[in-house]
Amino acid sequence: MERKNQNPIIQWIVKTKILGILFFVVIGAFVIYALGQALTNNPSLFLQQVVNGLQLGFVYALIALGYTMIYGIVRLINFAHGDVFMVGAFTSFFTISRFNLHLWFQNLFPSFPAMPAQIIGAITVVLASMAICALLAFTIEKIAYKPLREAPRISALITAIGISFFLEYFGALNFVFTPNYITYKRPFEVKSWFIGPSGFGTIESGVTSPSNSIIFSNIFVIIVLASLSLLLVLQYIVKRTKIGKAMRAVAYDKPTARLMGINSDAVISITFALGAALAGAAGVLYAIAYPQVYFTMGIIPGMKAFVAAVVGGIGSIPGAFIGALIMGQAETLSAAYISTPMRDAIAFSLLVIVLLIRPKGIMGEIASEKV
Amino acid sequence: MKKINKSTIFFLIGAALVYVIVQTLASLKIINTFWETILLLAGVMAIVSLGLNLIYGFNGQFSLGQYGFYAIGAYTAADITYRWTQLHSAEGLTVVFFIAILTAITIVVVQKAVSKIRGLDTLSAFAMYLAVVLAAIFAAVKLGQLVANPITALLNLLPAKTAQMIVYVIAIILGGAIAAEVSFLYGLPILTLGSDYFGIATLGFTIIVKVLLDNSDTMLGFQEMKGARGMIGIPKLTNWTWIFIFLFLTIVFIRNLLNSSYGRAIVSIREDETAATSMGINVPFYKTITFVIGSFLAGMAGGLYAHVNGFLHPNTFSFVKSFDPLIIVVFGGLGSVTGTVTASFGWALVLEGVLRLVLPDGFETWRYVVYPILLLIMMLLKPNGLFGNYEIPFIRSIVPPLKDKANNEKKSEEVA
Repeated sequence: MERKNQNPIIQWIVKTKILGILFFVVIGAFVIYALGQALTNNPSLFLQQVVNGLQLGFVYALIALGYTMIYGIVRLINFAHGDVFMVGAFTSFFTISRFNLHLWFQNLFPSFPAMPAQIIGAITVVLASMAICALLAFTIEKIAYKPLREAPRISALITAIGISFFLEYFGALNFVFTPNYITYKRPFEVKSWFIGPSGFGTIESGVTSPSNSIIFSNIFVIIVLASLSLLLVLQYIVKRTKIGKAMRAVAYDKPTARLMGINSDAVISITFALGAALAGAAGVLYAIAYPQVYFTMGIIPGMKAFVAAVVGGIGSIPGAFIGALIMGQAETLSAAYISTPMRDAIAFSLLVIVLLIRPKGIMGEIASEKV
Repeated sequence: MKKINKSTIFFLIGAALVYVIVQTLASLKIINTFWETILLLAGVMAIVSLGLNLIYGFNGQFSLGQYGFYAIGAYTAADITYRWTQLHSAEGLTVVFFIAILTAITIVVVQKAVSKIRGLDTLSAFAMYLAVVLAAIFAAVKLGQLVANPITALLNLLPAKTAQMIVYVIAIILGGAIAAEVSFLYGLPILTLGSDYFGIATLGFTIIVKVLLDNSDTMLGFQEMKGARGMIGIPKLTNWTWIFIFLFLTIVFIRNLLNSSYGRAIVSIREDETAATSMGINVPFYKTITFVIGSFLAGMAGGLYAHVNGFLHPNTFSFVKSFDPLIIVVFGGLGSVTGTVTASFGWALVLEGVLRLVLPDGFETWRYVVYPILLLIMMLLKPNGLFGNYEIPFIRSIVPPLKDKANNEKKSEEVA
C-alpha cells in the first residue's frame, strides 16, 4: 500500500509535475523569445536562415532514412553509414572530374538543348554514386555483419565502428582519396534567384541582390526535389512492393517472417543496399551544396542524421524526415543567432530534451510499424 | 587474526612483481621513454575501461559518455595543478574543492528530501537538483576565493616537492569527484531511457563536452585552457608509480564492490530489471550509483592522463575516440576485470607501439587501416571477447557469469 504525502503543497507538486514542466517552459520560452525577436528584427535574414536550414535538413533526411531503416530491421546503430555517405561524395567527385560523366549526354547529342542534357548528366552522376554505395554496403553487410547475426549485439556494433575506421583511413591513403581537402567541381553551374518585397528575379554575377530579399539557388531546388522524390520512391518500395512487405515483416518479427518463407538474410542485405544508396545520393547533394570533399566529411553529418532519426522516432520513415528537418533548422538557426561553434552542442542538447519529453522520439509511438 | 586467502597473496605478489619489474627496467633504461609513455597511457586507459566495464559490463547500461567524464576530470585536474605551478596560487584547488564538497552535500540533502516525496517525476526532481546545485556552486566559488590565500601560504610552508605532490593527488581525486557529480546530474533524467537511447544520450554528452572545451577560453572564460589551441604548461607529474597505485586501488575497489551486496544488486539489474525490482532492489538507485562510480573512475583517469604529456587538446576527447574504451571492454570480455586490464595494455601496446614499429617506412598511415582489420578479425573469431567471463582467482566472485545477451533478447521477444 502506498503512503500518501502529508503536505498538501507537496501533493500538488507531485500531482501536477509542475517543477518538471516549469523547467521545460523556461527553456521553451527562452527559445521562442529569441526566435521571435530574430523574426521581428530582420524577417528576411530569419527566412534566409530557414531556407538554408531546409537545404541542410533535406540532405540529413536522406542519411537519416538509411539509419532508421537499418536500425528498424537489425537493431544495429550502423556507425559506418556516415562513411558510406563520404564514399558517395568521393565517387561523384571522381566521376565528374576524371570521367566527365556529367557531360556524357551533351557529348553524345551535341544538338540537344543544354538544360535537359545537363539535368540528365547530373542525374547520371547521382545514380552512379548510389549504385557504388549500394554495392559497397552490400559487400560490408556480407563480410562484416552477416556472420555476427547470432552473436551479441555489441559485437556487430564494434564491427560497425571498425568498418567506419577502415573506410575513413583507407580512404585517407594517398592512392585512394588522399588525406587532403579537395575542392569539388559541381556538375552544373550555380544560378541564384531572389524573392522579396522588390519582386522576383535572377541574380547576375557581380551584382548585389536587393535588400530584404531571400536568396535561393538552383542547388536548393535540386536538393529539395531530389530528396522528396527519393523519399517518395522509398515510401513506395516499403509500402507497395513485395520486398517492402518482406522488410516490414522482418522488422516486425524476424523468426516468424522466416517461418512464412521470407529469406530474411536477403531482405536485410537489400535494406542495407537501399539505405546506402540514399546515403550515396546525400553525399553527392552535400558535396554540391558545400563544395569540398575530404575523408572525414561523413562523421559529423552522419552523426547529425543519426540524431535526427532518433529525434523523429527511430524505425519510422516519416519520423526520420521530420527529425532531419528539425535538425537542419536547429543547426542553422543556432549558428545564426546563438553561437556558431556551439551549434553541435545545441543540436545534441535538443536530442536530450526531446528524449526526455518523448522517450521514443516524435513519431515513435504513432508509427508503431517499423522499417 | 583474520585468515588471508591464498589467491589474495598470489595477487599481491604478482602486482608487486609487475611494479618492480617495470620500474627496474625503466630505471635501467631498457624501457625507453617511448614505451614508458605507452605503458602510462595503457594504465590510464585501463582505469577508464574499468569504469565503463562497471557501467556496461556489470550493470548493463550501454554508455558512450565515458570520454566526456574523462575530459571533465582531465581539465579539472589540469587546471588545479596549472594554477599551482604556473600562477603559484591554490585558488583552483580551493574553489574546486568547495564545489565538490558543497555539491555533494546538497545532492545528499536533496536526495533525503526527495526520497520522502512519493511519486515525484524525474524531471521535477532534476529541476530541483539543478537549481540547488547551481546555488551551491555559486557559494563554493565565493568561499573558495576567500580561503585561497591562507591555503596558498600554508602549502608554501611545506617543501616545494611535497606541496606539489599533495596538490597533484588532490587534483586527481577532485577531477574524479567533479566528473562523478556531473554524471549524477546528467544521469538522473537519462537513466530512465532504454538501453540504446541511453547510449545515444551519453554520446551526445561527449559531443557537448568536446564543443564546450573547444570554446573553453571564449565561452567558459578559462583563459588558461586556450580552447581549441590546446592547454599547455601542465606539470608532467604522472609516472609509473602513480599509475600503478591508482590502477591497483581501482582493481581492488571494483573487486570488493562486486563482492559486496551492492555488487550483487548491480549485477542482478544487468540480468533482469523486472526480477531485480521484484526482489526489492532499488533499480534507479543502483543504476545511478554505478554510473557515478564509473564516471568517477573516468574522471580520475583523466586527471592522470593530463599529467602524462603535460598537454591537453579537445580533439583527444572527440566522440570518435570515445569508442576506444568500448572496444577495449568488448575485446577483453564484457564483465571481466582481468580481460579489461589485459585488453587495455594489449590495445595500447599493439596500436601505439607495435604497429608504429612494424609498419615499414612510408606505410605509417596504414596503422589505422590495419587496426580495423584486426578488430574485424577479432570480432568474427571471438565475438565474446578474449577472456569471455574468465577472471583470475583473486577477482572471481560469486557473481554469476554474463549470460548470452543475444539469447536473452530472443527470450524476451518470445515472451512479448
